[in-house]
Amino acid sequence: MTLHVDIPEETLAGILAKAFRNRSFLIGLVITALVAAVAILSYVWTPYDVTRLVISDKTQGPSLTHWFGTDHFGRDILSMIMVGARNSIAVALVAVGIGMGVGVPLGAFAAARGGLVDEVLMRMNDLVFAFPALLSAIMITAIFGPGAINAIIAIGIFNIPVFARVARAGALAIWPREFILAARAAGKGSTLITIEHILPNIATLLLVQGTIQFALGILAEAGLSYVGLGAQPPMPSWGRMLFDAQTRMVVAPWMAIFPGMAIVVTVLGLNLLGDGIADILDPKSRRQR
Amino acid sequence: MSLLEIENLSLAIGDTPILKGVELSVAPGEVMGLVGESGSGKSMTALTVMQLLPFAARATGRVTFDGIDILAASEDQMCALRGDDIGMVFQEPMTALNPVKTIGEQVAEGIRWHTRSSRAEAEDRARKMLDRVGLPAALFPLSRYPHELSGGQRQRVVIAIACALKPKLLIADEPTTALDVVLQAQILDLLRDLVVENRMGLLLISHDLAVVTEMADRITILRHGEVMEAGDTARTLSEQLHPYTRQLAQASMHVPARPRVHEAGQGKPLLQVEGVTRDYPGRRMSLFKRATAVRAVDDVSLSIAPGQSVALVGRSGCGKSTLARMILALDRSTSGTIRFRGETITGKSEAELKPARRDMQVVFQDPYGSFDPRQKVEKLVAEPLHVLDKKPAPAERREMVAHALHEVGLGPRDMDKYPHEFSGGQRQRLSIARAIITRPKLVVADEPVSALDVSIRAQILDLFAELNQKLGIAYLFITHDLTVARAITDEVLVMHDGRIVERGKTSEVLDHPQSEAAKALVAAAPDLHRAIARRLQEQG
Amino acid sequence: MTAYLLKRLIIALATLVLASMVVFAVLEIIPGDPARLMLGLNASADQVEVLRNQMGLNAPLAIRYLHWAGGLLSLDFGRSYTYSVPVIDLVRERIVVSLPLALIALALSTIIAIPVGLYSASRRGRAGDAIAMGATQFGVAVPNFWFALMLIYLFAVWLRLVPAGGFPGWSAGVWPALKSLLLPAVALALPQAAILARVARSALIEVLNEDYIRTARAKGLPYRAVLWRHALRNAMIPVLTILGLQFAFLLAGTIIIENVFYLPGLGRLVFQAITQRDLIVVESVVMLLVAAVIAVNLIVDLSYAVVDPRLRSRQ
Repeated sequence: MTLHVDIPEETLAGILAKAFRNRSFLIGLVITALVAAVAILSYVWTPYDVTRLVISDKTQGPSLTHWFGTDHFGRDILSMIMVGARNSIAVALVAVGIGMGVGVPLGAFAAARGGLVDEVLMRMNDLVFAFPALLSAIMITAIFGPGAINAIIAIGIFNIPVFARVARAGALAIWPREFILAARAAGKGSTLITIEHILPNIATLLLVQGTIQFALGILAEAGLSYVGLGAQPPMPSWGRMLFDAQTRMVVAPWMAIFPGMAIVVTVLGLNLLGDGIADILDPKSRRQR
Repeated sequence: MSLLEIENLSLAIGDTPILKGVELSVAPGEVMGLVGESGSGKSMTALTVMQLLPFAARATGRVTFDGIDILAASEDQMCALRGDDIGMVFQEPMTALNPVKTIGEQVAEGIRWHTRSSRAEAEDRARKMLDRVGLPAALFPLSRYPHELSGGQRQRVVIAIACALKPKLLIADEPTTALDVVLQAQILDLLRDLVVENRMGLLLISHDLAVVTEMADRITILRHGEVMEAGDTARTLSEQLHPYTRQLAQASMHVPARPRVHEAGQGKPLLQVEGVTRDYPGRRMSLFKRATAVRAVDDVSLSIAPGQSVALVGRSGCGKSTLARMILALDRSTSGTIRFRGETITGKSEAELKPARRDMQVVFQDPYGSFDPRQKVEKLVAEPLHVLDKKPAPAERREMVAHALHEVGLGPRDMDKYPHEFSGGQRQRLSIARAIITRPKLVVADEPVSALDVSIRAQILDLFAELNQKLGIAYLFITHDLTVARAITDEVLVMHDGRIVERGKTSEVLDHPQSEAAKALVAAAPDLHRAIARRLQEQG
Repeated sequence: MTAYLLKRLIIALATLVLASMVVFAVLEIIPGDPARLMLGLNASADQVEVLRNQMGLNAPLAIRYLHWAGGLLSLDFGRSYTYSVPVIDLVRERIVVSLPLALIALALSTIIAIPVGLYSASRRGRAGDAIAMGATQFGVAVPNFWFALMLIYLFAVWLRLVPAGGFPGWSAGVWPALKSLLLPAVALALPQAAILARVARSALIEVLNEDYIRTARAKGLPYRAVLWRHALRNAMIPVLTILGLQFAFLLAGTIIIENVFYLPGLGRLVFQAITQRDLIVVESVVMLLVAAVIAVNLIVDLSYAVVDPRLRSRQ
């Protein structure tokens, strides 16, 4: 498949002006900023202490004192969600970092070299893609033991081929352009051209993919902690909270509803943000209006 | 009575006015030429007649086709007209056909839709139509897919689709712009014959005054969405009453002044190409078998003297761009040697090539694609300074960029702009500034003006001529356009199927071509002088 | 065409072989001695050593790999350490749950997604498109296991229409079995359908901007006919790609969903095997799932060639 990359030709001011008219971008930005703010706030303040168990308050429904209710140990669900946000964001962010940090250079290198190097790298990608990511993440955490760090590594490894593919496809679309020929005629080698011309021109693509992988990372982390392989108690995590809620669905449905909503809202915000960025920066999607 | 009557047509897309009070008519069997530079609203006029405008477009005025009020017609009425009574041919043959359907399906589809005939009947008619446009079923069965055809052949399929039901009106929007001159002449002949055969009206849209003059009975000249002048082709263009008409005509025939002419053989040659061949590996047929290699450039030798301006002309796919890339050391030759300033550059490493690169620069065709949109002009124009041994300090670099910009007629303030802030012509000036910043001895220019409007093209040719005179830069102009070759070069090399088949002084080769390839090129090249003379003669 | 098919086939096989090496290698480095695990903590070192020899655990790495890989080819996956039955029997017992689940989910998501994508693309920018795309935004954001919990709460706990979990087995009749697979399949399918619908929509919109769509309209075909005859087939290529990827997602999804619904499928088997360190079962099931993913991707590659004539004539 060939990828068509239209390079937006705009000034920063023009992009900003468009950004503030783009609904997806604005909603996504607000939601993402809110989630991030809540996570940061949880370091200094939460309504209740999430490590203190108050058995007398266990499985209380939502009320004025506990907005989202309490769990089976009497912990405040809202406070746990706030602290859990930290974990989700950290895991997904570092996993995206790993994926970008390794995948983008690999993809750009494969595109610049072509031939055998390209073929080998892409076949390695196929290999990683052949392993259902979550299954492999489960395997990795099973080998090295559960925990947030291993969850990060597991999710990060499976981000690598994704970014490698996007970077390679984007770079391959830029390489035949005349301005690259001009740079070559100026005696620039493939590494310099990749740094000066290729990477800045595929940055948008990578940014959009980054938000998508961020969102997927949050979902994956929730999945891993749901099966007990993510962050370990007493550190609250959204997936773990859902696992605890499962057997208590009949008596305490709020234990499942609110952490799940937190995941949905966060992922939704990130996806909207990504869509918005793509909309603003990609003239092709603009033509669709 | 005319077939198509456009009265006081105005069109706006959103808040942007595109057309203002356009008047135009086409009679049955008449060819109306619609001429204008890019952005003049030619295509929008055509799309208004077809009612295939973008969603946000609003048209006012009156468009009558065969007694039907087009602007008031329902979508169902338009569907009945399109493809049946009005056919349309587009500019870009490479993308105009559906890649997953056979040419037979695509031609027969419209026939079946409009006539409700059986598949067999429709295919039969499609076969006849394809045969008529020069794609006989013996060589081009209906089961061919578009990717198996060349650009010229695809354009014939598009014409077959448009003319399958013998429409009363054919609209052709730049039908030959994407093709080389020989194909252009063939397609224009085909269109002319179809007009006569079917007494079809033809609205021919083109930026090329010579093409329109050869084809059209009457012309309408459009600028910024307004009709400048309209009337009989020969009279309008010979009298040139309207200043814009005169400007267009003169720009089309412009020859820059170049008092000093460099002859070959003056002193040591600057560039020597000896027996250069380039093979590309054949397509892989199976895992172990490859088709025989494609020879893009076949045993080519040539030489260019310092300050000499040489044209390399040929049809598309003849290998001229491959040759240019090898000269620029952007592609490896399979065999042969290229010497630049007496030193061999074939087979050298990038580091060893640095001194040669300093004296050899390039200008590309596409003024939009040849700049990195993410960088500012200063950085872009300064890019070739990379080959200097001693990198200039920032202040010195700015100085050099400002100087280069000045030489191509741009100001120092343009340094801090991005390429998209410039028009096509200005971008080509930037491209030239980038090419001359290292004070090269040779500039290779690959179709440097073919993407430009005629008036801009004249200015850029002037600039090339001026720099040649002032700085003594030698040029290798790669072009399929003989007018460009004639305007700016001393010597011409004609390339065909990878070989150089003819060489000599530009005027001699173009006036008295010897080889078949050169004769075909010369005969096919549209020429405004000749076309006007012929028209006047016909009319007595 | 044959060159293309052959190349794809070779790549698929090579990927499969490499994947098997990776699986084997990964499980080699997992701490824990299966022989000791089987015999329990009270076994003596000698006993363990005897069993290790019996199980071939003392042979060189390459020999063990070849032995294991050869076994896979003849469907001899070895014996489970914990259940002490041939792994193939476990797999056979569990695959009749997982495979129907994945297939129902895949079918469901395709049946939902394609019409939604078509509808949205053909009315892009209008209210219907906005509502459909808003819904898919949510669909993409919902974790399937949480969605599963909500479905259980709604349909099993509240409305009592379907069982909340468990699987009666196909011997209990096709309908009860299907009924217990229904909620899991929906939970798996809807988030995937949301992704697929978005891909289908954007693929269609991209195709609708192509020049040949204008050519088709200039022929006099109404918009609807252009959509069906010209746009749909060209838009299939990205849709097929995503369908192939989704199969891998669905397989992984079954692991979690089977745990939510207490379904005795492959996912649950592999998960239990991991916690019990029953490596031979893990190896076998992972290999099976990987082979399935590779096979599906091969099918997708081949279907490209059916859809796109350009691939048939070129490599």
